[in-house]
Amino acid sequence: MKRLLFTIGALLAFVLSNQQLFAQAASWQDVKIPKLPEFKPVQPKRIELPNGMVVFLQEDHELPLIDGIARIRGGARDVDAAKTGMIDVYGEVWRTGGTKTQTGDQLDDFLEQRAARVETGGGIDSTTISWSCLKGDLDDVFKAFTDLLRNPEFRAEKIDIAKKGLYDGISRRNDDPGQIASREAAKLAYGPNNPYARVPEYSTVASINRDDLVKWHSNTVHPNNIILGVVGDFDSAAMEARLREAFSSWPRGPAVKQPDLEFTLAPPGYYLVEKTDVNQSNIQMVGRGVTRKNPDYYAISVFNEAFGGGFSSRLFSDLRTTKGLAYAVGGGIGTGWDHPGMLRLIISTKSQSTIESIQGLDQEIADLSAKPITDDELKRAKDAILNSFIFRFDSPSKVLQEKMAYEFYGYPLDFLEQYQKKIETVTTQQVAAVAAKYMHRNQLAVLVVGNTAEFDKPLSSLGSVKSLDIAIPPAPKGLIPEEEGQQ
Amino acid sequence: MKSRLSICVVAIFVLSALTAAQDLASFEKRITVKKLPNGLTVIICERPEAPVFSFFTHVDAGSVQDPMDKTGLAHMFEHMAFKGTDKIGTRDYPDEKIALEKVEVAYTAYIAERDKRIGRDEAKLKQLEQAWKDAIAAADKFSDPYANEFGRIVESEGGEGMNAFTNLDETGYHYSFPINRLELWAYLESERFLHPVMRQFYKERNVVIEERRLRVDSNPIGRLLEQFTTAAFSASPYHRPTIGWMWDLNTFSATDAQNFFDRYYVPSNMVITVVGDLKASEAMPIIEKYFSRLPARPKPDDAVTTDPPQKSERRVVLQEQAQPVYLEGYHRPDYLSPDDAVYDAITDLMSNGRTSRLYRALVRDKQIASDSAGFSGLPGNKYPHLFAFYAFPIPGHKPQEVADAIHIEIDRLKKEDISDDELKMIKTRSKANLIRALGTNEGLAFALGLNQARYDDWRELFRGVDRIDKVTKADIRRVANKTFVSDNRTVGIIEFAPRQGPPPGAQPPAASPLGGAQ
Repeated sequence: MKRLLFTIGALLAFVLSNQQLFAQAASWQDVKIPKLPEFKPVQPKRIELPNGMVVFLQEDHELPLIDGIARIRGGARDVDAAKTGMIDVYGEVWRTGGTKTQTGDQLDDFLEQRAARVETGGGIDSTTISWSCLKGDLDDVFKAFTDLLRNPEFRAEKIDIAKKGLYDGISRRNDDPGQIASREAAKLAYGPNNPYARVPEYSTVASINRDDLVKWHSNTVHPNNIILGVVGDFDSAAMEARLREAFSSWPRGPAVKQPDLEFTLAPPGYYLVEKTDVNQSNIQMVGRGVTRKNPDYYAISVFNEAFGGGFSSRLFSDLRTTKGLAYAVGGGIGTGWDHPGMLRLIISTKSQSTIESIQGLDQEIADLSAKPITDDELKRAKDAILNSFIFRFDSPSKVLQEKMAYEFYGYPLDFLEQYQKKIETVTTQQVAAVAAKYMHRNQLAVLVVGNTAEFDKPLSSLGSVKSLDIAIPPAPKGLIPEEEGQQ
Repeated sequence: MKSRLSICVVAIFVLSALTAAQDLASFEKRITVKKLPNGLTVIICERPEAPVFSFFTHVDAGSVQDPMDKTGLAHMFEHMAFKGTDKIGTRDYPDEKIALEKVEVAYTAYIAERDKRIGRDEAKLKQLEQAWKDAIAAADKFSDPYANEFGRIVESEGGEGMNAFTNLDETGYHYSFPINRLELWAYLESERFLHPVMRQFYKERNVVIEERRLRVDSNPIGRLLEQFTTAAFSASPYHRPTIGWMWDLNTFSATDAQNFFDRYYVPSNMVITVVGDLKASEAMPIIEKYFSRLPARPKPDDAVTTDPPQKSERRVVLQEQAQPVYLEGYHRPDYLSPDDAVYDAITDLMSNGRTSRLYRALVRDKQIASDSAGFSGLPGNKYPHLFAFYAFPIPGHKPQEVADAIHIEIDRLKKEDISDDELKMIKTRSKANLIRALGTNEGLAFALGLNQARYDDWRELFRGVDRIDKVTKADIRRVANKTFVSDNRTVGIIEFAPRQGPPPGAQPPAASPLGGAQ
């Protein structure tokens, strides 16, 4: 008997422990979340060469690849408005135009035989030249990289091809309503001639010549304007020696200065682009955002998450989930590294609910003071930012990119760590304060790209409407071959 | 000197062969595959780079499986998989369930009256519509404002990149979490496919309809692609758009979505892949514990009609307020065809980078297009599909000019062997591309899961390189001659047509010599 009891007891214990082992959580709150293991991502080694070039070396031995990118100060925002498009042409022809000793086509063959890449590009505040190769090909590919960096030729026939590509882009820029909305919204937010908003025209592209590209290169590509990052399967000491040998004798040149730009928000009101071949309106409300150096940046980050970012945000929940008005909806106070971001609310909705959707956005802005972001919303937003924080540095190349951005824009290299700490301290009061400070419905310009004949009510029922003429200024005569059938 | 060179060449050859084999060998050690008793396949790949993981849930059902008169249903269900369960997203599920059933009863009555071809009673229809809307309002009381609870949990717990996709061939769900949320993920992802609830279905249907307006109705390329694939396929379900026809979107019900789920979301039809900083020995029991709850059900019938051979060229020409586009496609066999790698080689040769034949001919030399390429997989690749070519003519040039230039390049493929250098380039690139694809948890989870689902073996990810390595010049000519013939071709063109009349209330825009779009 005693023995039997013992056996039953043992069996019971076994069953219980087994159940324990296989216990399933009954609700998500019951699932245990252990502490996240301590994680210190590998930091890149920062080296400043005597000539001012800043280098970051980030070893990553997982795959037999080595990638490098040089970011050079100066970009489209530093170009004369009459030459808008010049940096696009430069960014393409720097590579396709080849070097003094090798045409771009020869370079294509040379690299493709090694499945390697050397690419160049032009951006708003910088230009780039990069390489990617299997580590066994580093000698060959690095040589091609430095040759192109130092000795580009900008061959004329490749300038022609690049310009034709830009003409094509100009001709197609009114085909997609989303593209129209983004472009016109930027003009409203920054001013039509601001480099962050203006776009190339036939005439500005036509005026670009080889001298412009050569001059741009010799004005900007100096070691003291360059930040070079290398990531991959290499030994840092050997890579450092290689880079010192390649670049130490390169003399400094004039530094690229930060441009003085004007940002002019359009007067508040309604702006309309008529598009008759659509059944959906693209709506964007725009205003002025801030830079990340602004002390409000942290409260703004939390506000944006709660108001317009992700599934649980107010805009998504109210206008998409509850009202079913849109697939694409979102918004927030934009933040730039070294220029004000754009405050923007967007929604795309069927023509017949255009006015309803504008009023829906109005209501969301009004609610910010009537029903401020709650403690619960604050917690969700901070959790979303902080719990996913690790994804900002979960690979060596992401860490490298972060550091290069801080270096480029003059932020402390531990900006990310500071950001985390400051997000933790954000309060509901601070979030309410930034909402009150930046979200003013009566200061926003409201753009609608849509098919007015199908609107639920005329846009003019909301206020005065300015029609935007987005017709593309014609190409100078003789630029485009005349063609039968097109007018 | 000569002998040294050949030793070098041999050394390079051996080295690259070793690299591919080493990749597979290293992954063999890090990958565990288990088929659970309910039929679910689980893949775990250990990649201890940072304390995070990514997953990819592959469901072997896409819009090809949509019932004939309910196009868009597979994609609609994908949206519903974010609406929570009987435990997530509700105040009180038993009562909500009853309310949701009432919605379906009211909707069925409404649709029956709406679709009466003879004797429809308009007054009654209005009543029925109101009754349906009232039933929705009553049911929503149980989920407002919790309908997004599932996504909210994932986001506030640190989920990154939460999303899903549906195409003709399959449906996928994915996001990444910090590694300490592995069990939470296993709970959420298994709950999602254990007890999905079709709450707020008809509002989400409106969201999907807006997605259709965004991607297709209001976008000229979207309109072209829909007209084009509809023309290219007659019998095959590939003629249907994944997003669904507007009529069907305005007709199918929450019950239809539930039925789709019941039939196709069965464990034997699903592969779950997890990649990151985890050990299979610890993670597999957790995954098994939660996912074993999914009930075993028979694998659905996957018989699909195939198009008969095409007997004449088909053409769709859209007159648009948009600049010209040229597209053409040729029927080819599915991805299991022994020639699949040959098509891949042709894609690479024709389209990859500045050495590609189409770039060199149309963009660089003739200067008549801004971009041109050829590729497989339109509109899917699980079933027989199209090898397509496209080009965007630059201002002053017409679709026919780029079509002629593409055909010259196709004729070269048929008549001349490609060069040794080109063949070598294709093979080198396929090896390098594989290596470049192995560097992220998300990318690996997707590639391993897809290969497991498609071939029942994740190793095919690595074997694809070997298959390309075996492609010969003769293969390329043979396949080009077999595939690229005019009777097997469908052509889709956008031609610029100026808008009729000025817009109401707007200044007529100045005429542009390009016919510049307004």
